[in-house]
Amino acid sequence: MTMWTQYRQIITGGLWTNNQAFVALLGLCPLLAVSNTLINSLGLGLATTMTLVCSSVTVSVIRKIIPSEIRLPIFVLVIAAVVTAIELMMKAYFFELYKVLGIFIPLIVTNCAIIGRAESYASKHSPPKAFLDGLFMGLGFTLALVLLGSVREILGAGTLFSDAALMFGESAASWKIVLFEDYSGMLLAILPPGAFIGLGLLIALKNSMDFQFKLHRKVFSVQPLDKGN
Amino acid sequence: MREGFQRSLFMALVLGAFAIVAIGMVMWVFYASKARIIENERAALVKQLSELLPAGSYDNDIVNDTVNWIEPDLAVGNSLTIFRFRKNTRPVAVVIPTVALGGYNGKIKLLVAITKEGVVSAVRVTSHHETPGLGDKMEIERSGWINVFKGKSFKALPESQWKVKRDGGVFDQFTGATITPRAIVQAVKKTVVFFEANREALFLPEQIKD
Repeated sequence: MTMWTQYRQIITGGLWTNNQAFVALLGLCPLLAVSNTLINSLGLGLATTMTLVCSSVTVSVIRKIIPSEIRLPIFVLVIAAVVTAIELMMKAYFFELYKVLGIFIPLIVTNCAIIGRAESYASKHSPPKAFLDGLFMGLGFTLALVLLGSVREILGAGTLFSDAALMFGESAASWKIVLFEDYSGMLLAILPPGAFIGLGLLIALKNSMDFQFKLHRKVFSVQPLDKGN
Repeated sequence: MREGFQRSLFMALVLGAFAIVAIGMVMWVFYASKARIIENERAALVKQLSELLPAGSYDNDIVNDTVNWIEPDLAVGNSLTIFRFRKNTRPVAVVIPTVALGGYNGKIKLLVAITKEGVVSAVRVTSHHETPGLGDKMEIERSGWINVFKGKSFKALPESQWKVKRDGGVFDQFTGATITPRAIVQAVKKTVVFFEANREALFLPEQIKD
């Protein structure tokens, strides 16, 4: 396998085929708790990505010196330390951003996708690969969050990009798109059950897309593309 | 048997070493960022307080002109720090932190600015855990609802009218949520009652903290 194929696999794995939220179904606690608007989703997604990159690289760097019997408690230590350090540094250097994302940071500790990647990938691969895996697993998680957040915001409030100013500054206040005038809102979409139903629908959509791709390939391609290399 | 014990002991020591390194790194980050965090929080407090009263209506160092009060009705279990606004050393207004307890989910922390005449100048929510997308409309960034308190006083509006419309008062509730506005109206009313009872004492200069 060439270097590029390996990297491509990491990227497509993180974004699609092994998406932590849609396929592995990890990190549901923060995912369901925060995905009620697009901007909230984006905030949690980016903070999670940052944590995932830092913890994956750290785990990968120390992977050869940790005894396998106690690797899990050490991963937990690493993740807890990384999350705390990120929270403190955001508070010190990006205070405005912290005021928006701050409430999401402690939620990241409850995201089992992070320890999942540490255990199943970072502890077995070199730091550059662990970095790429962390980055794209995080971006895949962000993608899932943003999709779910958009669906819930559209159904629940009839808007998109509301509160963008909290994250991108005053100039972003005009980004808000009102899709339906005088929309009374669908409470179910905003409350927790809406998150479960929305996630279920998105997973169903992804599975049916995968199924269509597969059919398409069977009919039109001579060689199987999946296991080709 | 003995080998097993040694192995366990070794693992415990390794884990302990990792814990010490991790704690050391977090402590290092903590001390390195401490000064900046305090400075940021102070700047944010000044900004937050200055938004409650028109610029130019006061000229004192608001962050340091405070008085501590033991008032179990307003603060839960703790004393509260009241900020005083003055112009040419004469009292202008106070900002009283208060807590609304009847919310949908936990405490709603508020800052209530009241002028020396007893008129509410502004109310702001500083922290809450209400339902996002529903109860959070009380945040100034999300809707202008919280401005309903501006200009209200017991003189102009009898105490019995300080309720949401559903309860027979004058304050609007917002779409889909009555519990949150009800809790906030009650808390602001409670704060004005406290102010009216302690009006003189709140501005006493000898209570200025250095």
